[in-house]
Amino acid sequence: MKARVHVTLKNGVLDPQGKAIGHSLNRLGFPEVGDVRQGKFIELELAETDKAKAKARLDEMCRKLLANTVIENYSIELVG
Amino acid sequence: MTIAKEKNPPVKLPNEPTITPAIVAEHGLSPDEYQRVLTIMGREPTMVELGIFSAMWSEHCSYKSSKVWLKKLPTEAPWVIQGPGENAGVIDIGDGQAAIFKMESHNHPSYIEPYQGAATGVGGILRDVFTMGARPIANLNALRFGDPAHPKTRHLVSGVVAGIGGYGNCMGIPTVGGETNFHAAYNGNILVNAMTVGIAPTDRIFYAAAAGLGNPMVYVGSKTGRDGIHGATMSSTEFNEDSESKRPTVQVGDPFVEKLLLEACLELMATDAIVAIQDMGAAGLTSSSFEMAAKGGLGLEMALDKVPMREEGMNPYELMLSESQERMLMVLKPGREEEARKIFEKWELDFAVIGHLTDTERMVLSWHGDIVANIPIPPLVTSAPMYERPWKLTKLPAVLDAAKVPAPTDWKASLLKLMGCPDLASKAWIWHQYDHLIMGNTAIRPQDGDAALVRVPGTYKGLAITSDCTPRYVQAHPETGGRQAVAEAWRNITATGAEPLAITDNMNFGNPQKPEIMGQFAGAVMGMAEACKVLNFPVVSGNVSLYNETEGKPILPTPTIGAVGVINDLSKAVGSRLIQAGISLVLVGETKGWLGQSLYLREMFGREEGAPPPVDLEVERHNGDFVRDQIDRGRIVACHDLSDGGLLVALAEMCIAGGVGAEITLPATGIPSHAFLYGEDQARYLVASPRADKILNTAAKRGVPAVVLGNTGGAALTVKGVLSVALSDIKAVHEAWLPDYMNRTE
Amino acid sequence: MKAAVLVFPGSNREGDVAQAIELITGRKPQMVWHGAGDFDKADLIVLPGGFSYGDYLRCGAMAAQSPVMAEVKRRAAQGVPVLAICNGFQIAAEAGLVPGVLMRNENLKFICGDVHLKVETSQSLFTNRYQAGQVIKVPVAHAEGNYFADEDTLKRLEDRGQVAFRYCAPDGTVDGSGNPNGSIRNIAGVYNETKTVLGLMPHPENAIEPIFGGTDGKALFEGLVEALS
Repeated sequence: MKARVHVTLKNGVLDPQGKAIGHSLNRLGFPEVGDVRQGKFIELELAETDKAKAKARLDEMCRKLLANTVIENYSIELVG
Repeated sequence: MTIAKEKNPPVKLPNEPTITPAIVAEHGLSPDEYQRVLTIMGREPTMVELGIFSAMWSEHCSYKSSKVWLKKLPTEAPWVIQGPGENAGVIDIGDGQAAIFKMESHNHPSYIEPYQGAATGVGGILRDVFTMGARPIANLNALRFGDPAHPKTRHLVSGVVAGIGGYGNCMGIPTVGGETNFHAAYNGNILVNAMTVGIAPTDRIFYAAAAGLGNPMVYVGSKTGRDGIHGATMSSTEFNEDSESKRPTVQVGDPFVEKLLLEACLELMATDAIVAIQDMGAAGLTSSSFEMAAKGGLGLEMALDKVPMREEGMNPYELMLSESQERMLMVLKPGREEEARKIFEKWELDFAVIGHLTDTERMVLSWHGDIVANIPIPPLVTSAPMYERPWKLTKLPAVLDAAKVPAPTDWKASLLKLMGCPDLASKAWIWHQYDHLIMGNTAIRPQDGDAALVRVPGTYKGLAITSDCTPRYVQAHPETGGRQAVAEAWRNITATGAEPLAITDNMNFGNPQKPEIMGQFAGAVMGMAEACKVLNFPVVSGNVSLYNETEGKPILPTPTIGAVGVINDLSKAVGSRLIQAGISLVLVGETKGWLGQSLYLREMFGREEGAPPPVDLEVERHNGDFVRDQIDRGRIVACHDLSDGGLLVALAEMCIAGGVGAEITLPATGIPSHAFLYGEDQARYLVASPRADKILNTAAKRGVPAVVLGNTGGAALTVKGVLSVALSDIKAVHEAWLPDYMNRTE
Repeated sequence: MKAAVLVFPGSNREGDVAQAIELITGRKPQMVWHGAGDFDKADLIVLPGGFSYGDYLRCGAMAAQSPVMAEVKRRAAQGVPVLAICNGFQIAAEAGLVPGVLMRNENLKFICGDVHLKVETSQSLFTNRYQAGQVIKVPVAHAEGNYFADEDTLKRLEDRGQVAFRYCAPDGTVDGSGNPNGSIRNIAGVYNETKTVLGLMPHPENAIEPIFGGTDGKALFEGLVEALS
């Protein structure tokens, strides 16, 4: 099964990359763009068929490595 | 001829197309060159074989347009251990140590994808040095960008600098110097020349020549993907057309993996398991395996199915031509494979025995048991095309009479304009993005001296390293420009107190099939050769990059010279900053006031005219040896050679770098002030000394022109009767140009 | 003083700090590979600078999970001093040895050059040879040195005197002008609660020998020798 993990910065944490992206878009002719937050997208192939088990394991993966819970949130999506 | 005869023709791959003239052309081979292939093979080649010839006979790998000229360069000296022909040049720096260095260009890829192009350029040159057993201790780079006003320039500067930093910083090698120029001629073709210097014990240097019948051929590093495969529409095993989209045209570097590769290789090199080793650079597995076998006079058999692969369905053609980064090829002593494997596994790198050496002098490649290529090695090397392309030398322009060049109407404005112009402005915005302090050996930081100076680890010695070229001089008169590039590199090393030892050259030129461009190459080489000879400054390695032109507009001919010298006592080295007030400033060398091809002429009046300043090599050597001797005697506390912008610019640079001003008076020579102050006469140095009397005394005895111009001190730069400018004003424009330019958003 | 310097895949300033330690203590430190589960007893553990695991995912994230880090955490909990420099600071933060997190520099670029630091306190193993309020000059070389912690954590750090160094102007003024990376409250280095673990972004190991631009880093190592011998 495939898992998709999105890791994003928590609200209130300064995101200089997001800011730079927003400004670049404005300069490129997209004045309607306001705040921009950027994050990470991680796709994993899992040798696990049980959805509940997979979710629990992914949760652990996120907390242990994929996200720094001091400053980041994560969301998990299972595909297939 | 000891080459074995081919027993059976190779097997064709599934759906392999028949070779047509179009396919031959797509592989970059001329009909004549293809005829040679047929003669050598005695039959039609397979696609894999054609790909191999195409790579090995490309301009980049065979130097077919340039070899005939490069042969004229001096390559020998008592301290040269290895000249051109290996992965890098090797010189003896004393006490059982060798400096190993080379400079390489990565021009075209950097234009397409500046970050990765520059990054992989750094990665490639690092491998060329550590493949010889040297731990790299310094990186430099010479960058040439287009007109700042050109729409792509800013993006290219940003990407190239980030890429060089991204790769070099992660590898943990300090980037300590270089040069950055801007000129409209580079609008469509930027230049990224990367140099690396490493240190190895003289009795533990590794070469590429394979040896030992039956010895294993081992592949280490990253897996092979489809990066950088050019040419014909070769696809996956089925050879269908939409595989083009599967192939990244840009090679992506992984400096983390290369750092692991560096450590693993050095760890294995500390044992005696390695017989020969070469990195996989341009033309990947093809060029490395071919060169190793050819140099050793042996044959080799490789099973391509054993090559570690990153992608599904790769075929032998792709495996041989891929330019995936961070890979090395080694020949090991028999029985040492397991010991080597353990080291590479510890560093989490791929390790695969993919072949062995034979005595057939043929390269035999198999794929799952079937032979897919069988090429005799020596003829491919000896029959490689070598062209004597027609060449037409550039005539020496008429000397520009300084009297015909207007003096500044506002002296202060002229100095500020020059100090803030793109070529002279501070490049701190660039080198603050490079870790220039790692390894704890950086004795002269960027912009603090004429050359970078790094301690040789574990000793009190220093290596002075520089990169130089004045392309506008080369454009005006290639022979003078070639001579000047070598002379300036020699002067910059000398100005730190170090003894210049050897150079590496990056020859960046336009289309060699145009006689005037070939003439530029020829002229530059002739000038370089003469300078190398008189200054005892041989070429030990180098690189050629041709076809740098867009829409018929070539770049300025740019023979970049990377140079290395040694100072035996680091504590005697000097930089160019003025930090002491109340001492004398002495001008060494003769000034006639040469304004032809000067920055003053170009920046103030937009004129690129006149003959470039002549270079008298005997005078260069005489004056330089004198300056070096005086530094050695401790009489000089700061030294700066004079080049772009002449005397006034050099003095301004010394003042603002150290924060101490100067007051000078022009000697009564009858030369117009602007010619004396902005002229770019060669073979000159400005030195700061508390013992000017002793310097003048010795100079008189040696017949070296030397005159005291004035003293250091104060917060301004004053030329009596001409100008007085606050250092803070000069510093402000000098430091502002580049960050303002890069931060502008239009 | 017996020191152990950890080496992760991608570490690149372990040589610099080993050289500094040998120069000042007269004794070569033990170099410990990240794969080791255990290592010899040491008076000081050093996490050096570099790009462990290429800085991929997050700086220090993967190195913090290395086998050897479990042992480092155990010893740190027992009070064994740990000096965590640059990438080492990032690893220590990810491993929870010190509070906070290091993020991308505010200007999004790598920066290498001298900075001025205000020594916040001399009451620690690491700073006992400096004066409180002293201004020192030390180089930085990093792309992700932007220190961040939430308000509660910051309050605790300040209240308990856990801020070790702040970026300042050459005259000691802490007003942001000397801050190279946007770190909150100009924080360049922090201690753990017991002040036995120090994480800092600047490189004192590159400010040891006069010929290379400054010697203000020496006192940090000398202080450790004095406190631990």
